[in-house]
Amino acid sequence: MSGVIGLDQVALRAYRGMCLARAFDTKLSSLYKAGKVFGGVFLGRGHEAVAAASAAFLERGRDVYNPFIREMAGRCVWGDDALLEACRSYFGSALGCMGGKDGNVHWGQPTQGNPAPVSHLGAMLSVVAGMMLAKRLRGEAGGVGVACIGDGTTSVGATHEACNLIAVEKLPVVVVVTNNRYAYSTPNCEEFACADLTDRGKGYGMCTYSCDGTDFLQTLSTMRQAVESARNGEGAQWVVATTLRMCGHGEHDDAAYIPAELKEAYAQRDPLDVARRQLLEKGWLSEQEADEMDAVARDAVQRALAQAQREDPPAPRTVDWRATSWNPQGA
Amino acid sequence: MSVTYIDAIHRAMEDLLAEDELVFLYGEDIAGSFGGAFKATKGLAEKYPGRVMNAPISEDAILGVGIGAALGGMHPILEMQFADFGTLALNQMGNNAGAHYFRTGVPVNLTLRMPCGGTPGGGPFHSQSVEALFAHYPGLHVLTPATVGDAYDMLKQAVQIPDPVVFMEHKYLYRRVKAESFTNPDPLPVGRARIAREGEHATIIAFSAMVPEALEAAQLLAEQSGYEPEVVDLRSVKPLDTDTILASVARTGRLLVVSEDFPWGGVAAEVVARVAAEGLHLLDAPPLRLTSKESPIPYHPELWKAHRPSAATIAQATRYLISL
Ligand SMILES: Cc1ncc(C[n+]2csc(CCOP(=O)(O)OP(=O)(O)O)c2C)c(N)n1
Ligand SMILES: [Mg+2]
Repeated sequence: MSGVIGLDQVALRAYRGMCLARAFDTKLSSLYKAGKVFGGVFLGRGHEAVAAASAAFLERGRDVYNPFIREMAGRCVWGDDALLEACRSYFGSALGCMGGKDGNVHWGQPTQGNPAPVSHLGAMLSVVAGMMLAKRLRGEAGGVGVACIGDGTTSVGATHEACNLIAVEKLPVVVVVTNNRYAYSTPNCEEFACADLTDRGKGYGMCTYSCDGTDFLQTLSTMRQAVESARNGEGAQWVVATTLRMCGHGEHDDAAYIPAELKEAYAQRDPLDVARRQLLEKGWLSEQEADEMDAVARDAVQRALAQAQREDPPAPRTVDWRATSWNPQGA
Repeated sequence: MSVTYIDAIHRAMEDLLAEDELVFLYGEDIAGSFGGAFKATKGLAEKYPGRVMNAPISEDAILGVGIGAALGGMHPILEMQFADFGTLALNQMGNNAGAHYFRTGVPVNLTLRMPCGGTPGGGPFHSQSVEALFAHYPGLHVLTPATVGDAYDMLKQAVQIPDPVVFMEHKYLYRRVKAESFTNPDPLPVGRARIAREGEHATIIAFSAMVPEALEAAQLLAEQSGYEPEVVDLRSVKPLDTDTILASVARTGRLLVVSEDFPWGGVAAEVVARVAAEGLHLLDAPPLRLTSKESPIPYHPELWKAHRPSAATIAQATRYLISL
């Protein structure tokens, strides 16, 4: 796709997704602190560049996109309905794709290549594998699946099973590992003992890449290479992007366990600032256009949040409680 | 001609592959000329190239692939080499496949075949009956055929049901249960229990490999004591045909539920709970359960026989029930 559409266009679309995600996170955090959200709130601060890049080279309808916890920017790149659906998910709107039956980051549109993630970390990788296998069995060529996970999720048994299987079947899947150095409160050194997370990908027999996840253009070109390789029939790809989670695990968490020096080291590397700087330097965006994009994003977030909060909640008396689509006669 | 229970399973898959191009088989050691640990897929990989696939030893991922493939429009039939290893797929089946329709409105059309139950020498980890673990989760159907006809029909029905279906095929029945043909003399839809033997003095509820044991017990009781217990084959534990169970209890006034599973929180407990809640007034005696012992399944055949319910212990329990 990037062969047809220039990298500048892809980069602008990705940056727009990042602006939407940041504006969404900022508003959602306030709403959480005001006690307006039912459960937890999980933000993507610091992850925006990786998240946006993870979806930037995909095409809805042909490809599969499986975002992880902090991929709001990627969801916005994947589809324009993402902002409203994310708001509906948090507020449990009856009109959302989960209808209030699941919430926060656990939403998807499984018939549109976007499976609805369960909480169990690592469980979705094999689902993506199955979706790609179905395409192969049905003779639909050219599709790519992107599955996003975190550093901690590389320790989960399900992740290992799925990555091994994806490599064995040579499925066109890109596994994007965002190494934000922590899994909830647990640092990398208590999560794995290999020198580098790319070692894991090599162990599976995947083609591996690593990039600085705060460097927008570097991350974008890494993802382009990985997605193109998968699309060209080169099998499974493993991308490790390093960044820092610039917020708590959820908004209930003050992340006091992250050393101040590390937070300071990343203070100058906010992916939104880096991306803006890079786009200005390239001349792909002017200061004025960047400000406009930001303002438009904030307006869109306001509108979507207001709409989702206004929409009807699911009604216990009329909601479809059935757990199966088929039921025996008379039951 | 005489056909076995495993012939029926093989034939059902062969027919499904022929009739439905969306069906494919995925599991450990099922492809090539090998054809599976129990030969349930023997010859199918050669006949349907590319549609019978070996999986790595990754039970969780096998289920995940099945879910994804079903979302991609396929009708996967997944095989666990032994139901005991199905515990490693329980998360995907219960939390992912089972919750999917409720969460998204999109059904996950997959069939999970699990060779289950005890055989002599099977030991603690190749013998278990895990139907209650799977049935516990909302969103799954759990089928437990006991006859050749049901093994054939219900596997075919499992693929037609658009939801995740657990197909519990009992290893003890594989080559011991025989019939003249695959054709069910008495075809029933999934969700209906079958009166396997009519009677009047007590109702014995059984499923899977406990059905032939219960029928043998009924025969013993009739010959030795003149009692005629009614034997009900549940056929599926979820859906559970409470209507047929209650109707039988209404005729006999006495209930014994037999299950090969461990006692705690199993299908037998569920049946007793339902009859107690909905049909206490029908009972002339307290409802009884007969299950395996509250200990892991032993290896030595003599210990194994003593661990599980048998025709003799079912007959004994029925006599006691009738004496109450
Ligand atoms: C199997 C499983 N175990 C534990 C959890 C609880 N949990 C949710 S997110 C998380 C940390 C994940 O860390 P990582 O993969 O590094 O992603 P990050 O949150 O850093 O983006 C944990 C422990 C879970 N959801 N699933
Ligand atoms: Mg992490």
